[in-house]
Amino acid sequence: MDSVSLVAMASIFGAGLAMAIGSIGPGLGMGQAISQALAAIAQQPDERNSLTRTLFVGLAMIESIAIYCFVISMILIFANPFWGHIIK
Amino acid sequence: MEIVPLGQISPDQVILWSWGFVTINATILYTWLVMAILVGGSILVTRNLSSEINASRWQHFLEVIISVVRGEIGEMTRKGADHYIPLIGTLFLFICTSNVLAVVPGYVAPTSSMTTTAALATCVFIAVPYYGISRNGVFHYVKEYFQPNFIFFPFHVMGELSRTLALTVRLFGNIMSHEKVIGILLAVTPFLFPVVMQILGLLIGVIQAYIFAILSMVYIASALSAEDEVHHNVDINKEGVSA
Repeated sequence: MDSVSLVAMASIFGAGLAMAIGSIGPGLGMGQAISQALAAIAQQPDERNSLTRTLFVGLAMIESIAIYCFVISMILIFANPFWGHIIK
Repeated sequence: MEIVPLGQISPDQVILWSWGFVTINATILYTWLVMAILVGGSILVTRNLSSEINASRWQHFLEVIISVVRGEIGEMTRKGADHYIPLIGTLFLFICTSNVLAVVPGYVAPTSSMTTTAALATCVFIAVPYYGISRNGVFHYVKEYFQPNFIFFPFHVMGELSRTLALTVRLFGNIMSHEKVIGILLAVTPFLFPVVMQILGLLIGVIQAYIFAILSMVYIASALSAEDEVHHNVDINKEGVSA
């Protein structure tokens, strides 16, 4: 197997693995956060505004982890830095 | 109409016009388009303002936006919001407009390019020490970096840098991923399903604009937090003196 196809295969597999493994943690975290926030809103409906705002900020923080994985896999597929190295 | 091919992840790579070393890419064009819409619309609406009950409906529209933004910021800082409206409100309106316009065919959201989001995040990165120093003075602002003791200085600096990077990548990743998903779906299931995803994209765009504005406000408010303690101590001292 020549190095070009090796790099291509490793990039595609790496991108898939990054998304697959990297989205498990944020998924669990976001589920936990939303369930806790819903419980809190059910207990104190008056505090809904500040709870919702905090929830959104927290979800954005958690989500950014998954977004990092996504950007890494996008870079591996669309803008792979190793291609130039190999093809040259 | 597909402006950005599926094999490219950034509208920066789409060169529309070039002359010598001056190049106009899709990001610049659509950024200026969004700015023209915002500025031109605001000028048109605020040209004849009135304080009557029956003001024009566009004036009511702008007033609703301003009062909502002011209310949100006021709830977060627990103080006057007027200092922060120019920055936070502009960030929100720019990102929201550029995301929502993505339903127009032939338009590429400038926020799907990392250069735009990096520029916006840099604005926040500069605004945080600006507001912090203008409120608390240089000494109190710098002192925050050495809390609870001087070992934590590199961690504070790293935190500032990494949250700027997080702001950049979050907005870019969300909008760019959505455009890619639409492009892939158009190739796989052409007619109905991409429309549903476009509607979801409107929601995502507005939420991301909201999150960007709220997070910048949180960062600025964290730089202002020392001020509360300072004022609090002064109040306590005054009470002690009067008692």
